[in-house]
Amino acid sequence: MWAMILKEFLELRRDRRTMAMIIALPLLLLVVFGYAANFTVDDVPTRVYGPNAQAVAGKLHTPFDVKKVDPAGTEEQARDVLRSQDAGAVVVAPSSGPATVFIDGSNLFSAQSVTAASKASGGVLQPEVLFNPELKTSWTMVPALVGMIMAFIGTIITAIGLVRERQAGTLEQLAVMPFKATDVIVGKIAPYFVLAAFDMVLVTVLGCLLFGVPFAGSFLVLALGAALFLFCVLGIGVLISSVSQNQGQAMQMALLTLMPQMLLSGMIFPLSAMAAGVRWIGYLFPLTYFNMVSNGVMLRDAPISSLALPLGLLAGMAVLVFSFAVLRFRRDLAPTAPKAARDAVAAGGTR
Amino acid sequence: MTTIAHADAHTWGAFDITVAFGVTVALQHVSLTAERGQVAALVGGDGAGKTTLLRTLVGRIRPQSGTVTTPPTRACGFMPTGASGVWQDLTVNENIAFAAAAHHITGAALEQRRRALLSAAGLDHAADRLAGALSGGMRQKLAFCLAILHQPSLLVLDEPSTGVDPVSRVDLWRLVSRAAADGAAVVMATTYLDEAERASTCLVLDSGRTLTSGAPADILDNTPGTLTTAVAPTGPRELSWRRGRQTRSWHAGSPRPGERAMAADMEDAVIAYTLADQQQEH
Repeated sequence: MWAMILKEFLELRRDRRTMAMIIALPLLLLVVFGYAANFTVDDVPTRVYGPNAQAVAGKLHTPFDVKKVDPAGTEEQARDVLRSQDAGAVVVAPSSGPATVFIDGSNLFSAQSVTAASKASGGVLQPEVLFNPELKTSWTMVPALVGMIMAFIGTIITAIGLVRERQAGTLEQLAVMPFKATDVIVGKIAPYFVLAAFDMVLVTVLGCLLFGVPFAGSFLVLALGAALFLFCVLGIGVLISSVSQNQGQAMQMALLTLMPQMLLSGMIFPLSAMAAGVRWIGYLFPLTYFNMVSNGVMLRDAPISSLALPLGLLAGMAVLVFSFAVLRFRRDLAPTAPKAARDAVAAGGTR
Repeated sequence: MTTIAHADAHTWGAFDITVAFGVTVALQHVSLTAERGQVAALVGGDGAGKTTLLRTLVGRIRPQSGTVTTPPTRACGFMPTGASGVWQDLTVNENIAFAAAAHHITGAALEQRRRALLSAAGLDHAADRLAGALSGGMRQKLAFCLAILHQPSLLVLDEPSTGVDPVSRVDLWRLVSRAAADGAAVVMATTYLDEAERASTCLVLDSGRTLTSGAPADILDNTPGTLTTAVAPTGPRELSWRRGRQTRSWHAGSPRPGERAMAADMEDAVIAYTLADQQQEH
C-alpha cells in the first residue's frame, strides 16, 4: 500500500498542471468568493437633471453617487445617458412634484439597489426602470450566456481538436503534405469559428423566444462584437493546445481559463460591487467586454459609439491573442531546427 | 553549413548530415542515398537515429550541417511510424479523399487510384469503416496508401511493418516493392533485418552513427571478424548471442586454427558490425 501511495505522490509531483490546480483553485475560489461575490451595489453613478436638480441632488444618499448635476438636462437626455451607460440612474427633478428616477434595468443589481432606495424615499422619488422594467434576471443572463457559451465552445473545442491532431501524429502528416501553413491554420480554425457562431445565433434566438428577452439593438453590432470575441477565444484555444500534450491537459487548462472569466466578468457578480483589488482581473478578460456589448445591444439598443470602448478593447485583444496563437501554430508546423541551425538562419545562414 | 535543396533528379538523399537536440547528437555525419526504382533500407536499434534521419529527409528537422536533396513537397510521400498519419475519425474512403484533395487529385483519376490502391492493400471491403476501427495491420496499410496515393517520386516510410501480423507484412512489402517498381525512390526504416536484406541498399545506424552501408550482399560479404556457430558459446559470453537452438560467437580478425567460420545473414552481420565498432571504441 505504501508503495502505491508513494507512486501516486511521485506522479502527482510531476503532473505540474494538476498540482497547480490543487494549489491555485482553492486560492482562486477563496479570493473570488471572498472579494468578488457581492450582489449588493453601494454606489450607483447618478446624474440629476431638471429645474430642481440642485435641491434634489443635495438630498440624495447611498446608493446614489451623484456625478453630475444639470438643471438644463431633460428626460430625453436622461434616457440617452442610460442607454449609453454613462450613468446607472438619472434623477429628473421638475420644478414641482416628485422627481422621477430613471434606472438602467440592464444592470440588474444596481437597478435593484436604486429601485429599493427610491421606494423607501417616501414618495420623493418615483422609480422608472428602463430596458428591463420587471427586473427579470433572465433578461440580463441571456446576453451574458451568449458570451459564456461561445467562450466554452470556442476555447474547449478548438483546444481539444488541435491537441487530438497533435496527439494522433496527424499534425506531423499535415506538415509534410503540400499545404501552406495558412491553409492548415485557417482550415483547422474556420470550422470552430462557424460552429461557435452558429451556437451564438442559436442561444440568442432561443433566449429571446423562451425567455422573452428583447433584441432592441443592431444585430450587426452584436455580430461584430461576437466575431472579435470569437477570435479571442479561438486564439486562447490554440494557445492552450500548444502547451498541452493530451486532451485531458487541454480540458484542464481550458477550464482554468474559463472559470475566472465566468466569475469575474460581471455576468454573475456585478463588477461595480467587487473589491477594486479583484475587479481589475475581470477587466483583463474578453468575456467582460463581450458582455458589455451583448447586454448593450440586446437590452438597451446601445449605439455603436457608446460601445466603442469594449469593441476597441475586444479588437485589440483579438489581434494580440490570435496573432500570438497563429505564430505558435506556425511554429508547430515548421521544421524542428536545432539551436545552432536556428542561430545560423537568424544570422542569414544558407538554407 | 546546411543546405536543403529541392531538385528534380533521380537521386536524392541526405549527405553528411549532423543533427543535434541540445547536447544530444542524434545523427553524426550520416549519409543516405535514395535512387528512383530502388528501396533503401534503414536499420538500427531503438534510438539509433532512424526516425530522425527520415524526418530530416522530409523536411521536419533542419540539420545542423550537411546537405539534404529532395523533390518538391508535392512529390514526396511520408508514412510516419505507427500509422499515425491516418485520421482515425474518418473512414478509409474519407482518408483517401482528404489526401487526394491535398494533392489536387479529383474525379476519375481519384476513383481509379482509390480502387487500385485499396484493392492492392486488401482494404476494398473496409472502405466505409472508420480508420480507428481497423486492425493495426489494416491501419498501417491505409497509412501506406495515403503516402503513395499521389505517386510520389520519393517515398519515405518509418517502420511500416512494425507490429503488423506476418500476412500484412507480406502485403506491405509487396506494396513497397510495387512502388519502387513504378519508379519511386523508397527509403524505409525497419526493425526486420530480413526486409533490409531484400532492399537495394542498406544503411545501418547505431547511436546516430553509420555502422555500415551499401548493397546488402556487400554488407554481408564485408562482415568484420569471424562468426561461428555452436550449441554453446565458443568465446566470451558478451561476444555471443542465441539464434534458435544455436549460439553464435564472434571475434575480431581471421578464423583461428581449426575454427570453421560461417556466412552471416543480415541479423548476424549487424550484430558483428556493432561488436566490431564497440571493440574499436575501446
